[in-house]
Formats: sequence, C-alpha cells, structure tokens
Amino acid sequence: MTDTTASGGPVLAADGTPLKKSLARALRLQKIRALGLIAPLLIFVLVSFIIPIGSMLTRSVNNDIVADTLPLTVEALQTWDADSGELPDEAVYAAFVSDMVTAIEAKQHTRLGTRLNYEQTGMSSLFRKSGRKIKKLDPTTDGPFKETLIGINKSWGDVETWRVLKTHSVRVTNGYFLNAIDMQRTPEGAQAQPEDKQILITLFQRTLVMSMVITVSCIILGYPVAWILANLPARTANMLMILVLLPFWTSLLVRTSAWKVMLQQQGVINEVLVWIGLVADDARLVMINNQFGTIVAMTHILLPFMILPMYSVMQTIQPTYLRAAKSMGATNWTAFWRVYFPLSVPGIGAGSILVFILAIGYYITPEIVGGTKGVFISNRIAYHISSSLNWGLAAALGTILLAVVLILYWAYDKIVGIDNVKLG
Amino acid sequence: MKLTKLTALAATTALCAPMAFAEDMANEMTIVSWGGAYSKSQLKAYHEPYSEKTGVTILNDDSSAEAVAKLRAMNEAGNVTWDVVDVVAADAMRLCDEGLAMEIDADNQLAAAPDGTPASEDFGDLLVSECFIPQIVYSTTFGYRTDLVGDNAPTSVCAIFDTEAYPGKRSLEKRPINNMEWALICDGVAKDEVYEVLETSEGQDRALAKLNTIKDNVIWWSAGADTPQLLADGEVVMGSTYNGRLFSVIEEQKQPVAMLWDAQVFDLDGWIIPAGLSPERQARALDYIMFATDTQRLADQAKYISYGPARASSAPLVGQHAELGIDMAPHMPTDPENAKNTFLYNYEFWADYRDDIDAKFQAWLAK
Repeated sequence: MTDTTASGGPVLAADGTPLKKSLARALRLQKIRALGLIAPLLIFVLVSFIIPIGSMLTRSVNNDIVADTLPLTVEALQTWDADSGELPDEAVYAAFVSDMVTAIEAKQHTRLGTRLNYEQTGMSSLFRKSGRKIKKLDPTTDGPFKETLIGINKSWGDVETWRVLKTHSVRVTNGYFLNAIDMQRTPEGAQAQPEDKQILITLFQRTLVMSMVITVSCIILGYPVAWILANLPARTANMLMILVLLPFWTSLLVRTSAWKVMLQQQGVINEVLVWIGLVADDARLVMINNQFGTIVAMTHILLPFMILPMYSVMQTIQPTYLRAAKSMGATNWTAFWRVYFPLSVPGIGAGSILVFILAIGYYITPEIVGGTKGVFISNRIAYHISSSLNWGLAAALGTILLAVVLILYWAYDKIVGIDNVKLG
Repeated sequence: MKLTKLTALAATTALCAPMAFAEDMANEMTIVSWGGAYSKSQLKAYHEPYSEKTGVTILNDDSSAEAVAKLRAMNEAGNVTWDVVDVVAADAMRLCDEGLAMEIDADNQLAAAPDGTPASEDFGDLLVSECFIPQIVYSTTFGYRTDLVGDNAPTSVCAIFDTEAYPGKRSLEKRPINNMEWALICDGVAKDEVYEVLETSEGQDRALAKLNTIKDNVIWWSAGADTPQLLADGEVVMGSTYNGRLFSVIEEQKQPVAMLWDAQVFDLDGWIIPAGLSPERQARALDYIMFATDTQRLADQAKYISYGPARASSAPLVGQHAELGIDMAPHMPTDPENAKNTFLYNYEFWADYRDDIDAKFQAWLAK
C-alpha cells in the first residue's frame, strides 16, 4: 500500500476501483467458482474418507466407557493403591453400587462387562450376573456393601478384579495399541502377552512379506504381457487388452472360488498330474489352504493393476530408441536392459505401489484360500470388527497398518522417488 | 371403486377385532436373516402367510452373519433400519448385553401353545436370554463320505481324531467353539466336566494338544457351505457343519454322504427385535413375532429345512418335506434316534472365554 501511495496514488481500473482490489476480487470469484466445482468431490472425500479415518484413529485410543459408566468408582479408586495387595475400602464398594444402579437402569453395565472382558476373562458374566442382584440394592440404605458384593460374587473380593478396573479406567488408553503388538496394559506398565496368545506381530510380518511376494510375482508375470501389448498393432492389442480386463468383470468371490476348484487335491491340476502320471494318487500336491494358494489367487486377482500402468508407460517408449541402441552395436539384451528397462521403471513403480497397497489390505481371498498359514492381518481386523466386537483393537490394528503403508511410501519416495512413478 | 375400497376397509376393521390397532403399525418391515435355503424356509413358513394376512410388505436382508456389528454401527449412527433380526443365541446374548436388542416378555408378547401352555413353558430352557425368541434348534455335527470309509462307518465323534482308521482330511470350523469341546471329550474328559476343564489354562492346552494330533489333516472352514462342498468334492473324508446343510447334501443332492450324529452340539437360532425402534415399527415387529413363532408356524418351517422347532408343542406337528415328500422327523437333530449322545453348548462359558480362547486358538493355528 505504502509503495503505491508513494508513487503517486493507486492505479485504477476502468470502473474506478483500485486495480489491485479489482484483480483480487476477480481472482476470488474464480477461486470460489473452482471450489464450487470440486465441492461435491471434496465433501464426498471428507465424508467418506477423512471422517472415517479420523474416527478410526480416535477409537483406537478412546476408552471413555469405564469412566462414563462408573464415574464415582473411578474417582474413589484414585486413592487405592493397586499394588498394596489389599481390597479397596468400603467407599469404593459403595461408589460402585451407586454407579452400577444407575448403569443398570441405562443398561450400560453389560456393555462395560464386554469391554472389560477383552482384558480379563470372566468380566462379561461377572457384570451380567451381578447386575441382576445389584439392581435390587438401594445405594443409600443397604450399606455396607463390601460384604454384600463379595457375597453376590466372590470375584468382587478378588484384588485382580479391581486392579483391572483401575488399570483400564483412563479415558485415553494405550491398551489397544499394546494389544495390537502382542502386549498388554497392566498396573506395572506395558508387558508382553503370554506366548501362547501372541499372534498379531506374526501376522503383520506375514502380511508384509506375502504382499511383497505377490507384488514381485505380479511384476514377473505382468511385464512380458505389458511388453507384448505395447508392441502389437493397436487392433490386436485392444483385443488382448480385453483378456487382461476380463477378470475385472467377474466377481471376486467367483474368481477366488475358481482357484479352489483348480488347486484343491481333487481339483483340476492334481487330476491332470495324476492322470499323466507325474504325481502319485496318494501323494497329491497341497496347493491350497496355505500360503501358496493365497499367493497364486491374489497374484491373479491383482495382475491387471500391474499390467495397466506398465502398458501405458511402455506405449510411450519410442521403438526407435531400441533400434538406435542396436545400430550402435548393443546386443538384444543390452538394448533391453540398458535402454528399454530403465524407461519402463516408472510403470513398474506405479504398478507395484498399487498392487502392494491393495494386497496389504486384502482379506476375502486369504480367508477363502489361505487356510491357517496364508491369512493376513486384515482377517484379524475383520474378526475384531464383526465377531469379537473389539472395535478399539481393530482400530489400533488398522492404524498401525496405515502407518506401515505411509512409512513404506515414504521409503519408496526416498529410494525410487515418487516423481518416477507414471500411470501413462 | 373408492366406495368398495372404503367398505372393504370398514369390513376388515370390524372383522379383525384383535387387530384393532393395525393402523398404528408400520406397513413395511425389514427382516434380516441368513440367506439361502434358510431364508427360503422362513419366506414360505412365515413371511408369505404374514403378508397375506396383514398386507405388510416384507423386505429381506441377508446380513445375519454381521448382524451384531451392523446393529452396533446403526445404533451409534442413531438410525436402526432393521425391524426383526435372525441371530444365533450367542449373538442374541451379546446384543442384549450391549443394549442393542429389546427385552421380550415371553408370556405376554409371544403366543401361547394351542393347549394354553404359556410361551415361557413351551420354549422352556431355550429362552437363554431376555431378548431372544428361539425359533429353531440346529446342531453342529459331522458328515462323512460313505464311499471313503469302507465297511468301517464311524459311530463316534472321536473318529475325527483317528487318522489310522480314517485316513484323509477332515474339515473343522476355524474357531475354538465346539472343536475344543470335542477334543476334550475324545481325550477322555467326561461330558459334564468339559467346561470345568476348559476354564483352566491347562485344560485349554490339553484340548489344543489333542487337536494338534490332527492339525496337518484338517481343512479349516469359515462358511457353513464349505464342508458340504468339500464332502461333495471328496476333498475330506469327514467334516463338521450345520445339520441342515448336510441334509441338503444327502437328501437333495444325493451325494454319498451320511450323518454322524454322535456328540452333536445343539445350538439355537431365533429372533431379536432391535432396541430403539419407533412405536409403530416396534408394534409391527412384535405383531410379526407373535405370529411367526406360534406353534403351527414353527412346525411349518420344518417342511422346508431340517431344523427342529424350538417349541415343545410344535414337535408333534412336524410333517413331510414340502418338495421331497419324505418324513422330516428322522432328520431333525432332536429326533430321539439322532439325539442319543448330544452335547449342550454353554453360552455363558463362551461369552466369557471367547476372546481369551480365540486368541490362543488363532495363535496355535498360525504356528
């Protein structure tokens, strides 16, 4: 502003307003129009993507249920020393009965029991059964409650019950994340789960390793196909492209089940091998319900995601480069490896990212053909979402998976460079 | 035209005194069930007669497998779109615990038996939760390939652990429930002590150790249709699944498969009504339940699928299969011939130990 006044008054537009102002208004209008155009998409992304992810992230640490259901108890437990080995005093029991009567009224006590049962087996029925009896108590007149409660269920006389309650009474907990990496929250801090319950770390590792194997097999199988497609005359290439796209038009379940028919011991492949005498009838190959089955089925399902970006990148590579290399004395292999391959790397990069990220979150195919050794971490997430209803743990597992993908993406950017990825 | 409609309406209102409040009920409802042959049996036995009687439009949703998770999500979103949901008893208990299903007063909200026995007595012990209206008794049991076992047809559930006499694969469900119990029974634990043993860590290890003896010979299933398919393909020599699925393999598809009823595990399936429905929808749901779980309707369902009706008073009314024309009684899990040795699934136990034992079981599987 000072600049313009110093050089003798602002420059005016045709309608007399300062040019700067008029320009800013025009730009603002343009921006608003642009925003209006993308608004539907923006709102859609916000509603269907950002909010669910945000909600998942909060769920993985949110533990309001204990403090909300038993507010007085949680407060009374503050002064109790969990390591003393002694039961809390009457004040805690009285607060607990008072909380429970309110909770039973609102039918919240069994929900809390389910929540605590994830941490300590038996909590579910303890809350359900005790609830029926506590309902009949009057918090103001029926005290003292310590004896009464222990009479209702002897678990209320067990220090461990109160320790679990106190440990998990915080509103923001790291408990789910600890569970997600085979550890648990205890009064003494984070500790490893008993060995016979450790499974999630194994599954994370397996998911990553198998997703990489699937990605590599997609590259190996997809590269020659993309190369042929890119080098055929357009008419033939389009015909063949339909074959690549065909799997997209078939239901995922149908494709996976088809692999079952192919690979099982009484399946097509084994029957043929036995018929031509390569395999003895009593020694049929086990090709499904294991890692092999998962890798085969998922490679097949994800292959188009590899071929398409590779194909579109290869199409842009001029055949003249190869001819030029050969004319200067390169062998076929040198021409390919030194000239063609480096030019096709962006396609491999794009395809790999697509396939790897899709593979890491797959669960239907591993569930059907994976048996016990071929299942992924997503199968556990699905289990906790729909069967055990431990949504906190499912959210923590999902968050970790998201973090792993972001870290790998970052590493990829550092090593290969994200600019070096092309979809065509 | 208008006049006829009006008269007809007046006539219906006058005739149907018990349905005096019909105008306060929703005239469309969504019923959730398992799909496939099971939903078909409900359609024939319950939905069609009910629609005919009341003119209500019934929408079907085959989401029972994820019912608990979906109801919880609907409840959180504050928009429950289901009116009546078919779930297994264990899920009904959890829905009740979570406050997602409404409590039912059996004697006042369910029909009495034709002889006047109140519903609570007619259903008896099967009313395992305040929110649960039992519909059928089904069992998880074994089927085996008759052509693969030779003359040595298995008669005991422990045949699954006998890989010498019955070589080949067997299929078991990919979860601890039932498998742990069978393993202990075959490891010499008395039937009525199974859950006491399974409460302890040593007992759980013992069950897993027994399962470990056949681990390499097991194909683990997660969908009820898997075992019938595996049996039909000859992939497994024997396998566990729901008895109705085996009925269809044996009687409808005529595969060389036979039932092994020994130590079959009884379980219940039935209805719940979601909590928090609007008064009209709730009234409609209750009216439907009153109709669909009366003695005759439960017996009717057995014409289409081999699951036993949950009411004592329905059992004598079970007739013949609607299409095959065979007697259904011998195919019911509750038939005395089949129920010589049965095992009662303990809901309370699994409600408590499910998370713990499942973690161990899955860790063992992944090893």
